[in-house]
Amino acid sequence: MVDAQQDFKKDKPVFRNIGLAQLIHYRLPWAGKVSILHRISGAVLFLLLPFILYLLDQSLASEQTHQAFQGLTSNVLVKLICLGLIWCFLHHFCAGIRYLLLDLEIGISKAESNRSAIIVFFLGLGLTAIVGLKMFAIY
Amino acid sequence: MPQYQIGPKRLVVGAHYGLKEWIIQRITAIVMVVFTVVLLVDYCVTGGTGYAAWSSLFSNQFMKLLTLLALLSLFYHAWIGIRDIWMDYVKPVSIRLGLQVLTVLYLVACAAYAVQILWKV
Repeated sequence: MVDAQQDFKKDKPVFRNIGLAQLIHYRLPWAGKVSILHRISGAVLFLLLPFILYLLDQSLASEQTHQAFQGLTSNVLVKLICLGLIWCFLHHFCAGIRYLLLDLEIGISKAESNRSAIIVFFLGLGLTAIVGLKMFAIY
Repeated sequence: MPQYQIGPKRLVVGAHYGLKEWIIQRITAIVMVVFTVVLLVDYCVTGGTGYAAWSSLFSNQFMKLLTLLALLSLFYHAWIGIRDIWMDYVKPVSIRLGLQVLTVLYLVACAAYAVQILWKV
């Protein structure tokens, strides 16, 4: 019985988790893209928490530190890092609200959830662009 | 199959923390959404980008407490999210436990820093 089972198992194709090399060619649906970006943006925000708290500290502690904060954030590189963090926040925020709505069984059909994933993806980018244009004083 | 392996097909394990953490992640998310809206509205109403306007926002006791609640929610929310990442990608128990401990210590330190920042204003 056990031997027979083992022979049977040998013939069965084995499906492992996909490897890193395959990931590049793996075409995720929009919901999948939004999901992995939700995870990545959350991880980035987590890693840069001390930097975010430091900026808050500098902006609030005193008049002098506030000036230092303004000096630091006028640096182009710092601005770009902040813009990256702002995208992480906005994407995480929008995708998170989508999940809360899905939990309430709002928009759970395949077509609707695909559409909401596309909306979340471009809303995150669009809002980041609005903040970015303001940051670099385009308007 | 031994008796303690509950379930007809496979071993069922768990400490019943799954649902609790799942709910906490949603509740903390809602707290942060509320805080974001309050901060945005407050900022738009108060106006001004100078130090005086910005610091007066947080010198209000109510806003201080709301900010602290939102930040504590953030740290708990981050703990659950990062824990999920370690559980998904890091299989060796010793490394995973080590990373989880470091995550907790890191977030507790962040929480202490947050309190210090808010009560300096």
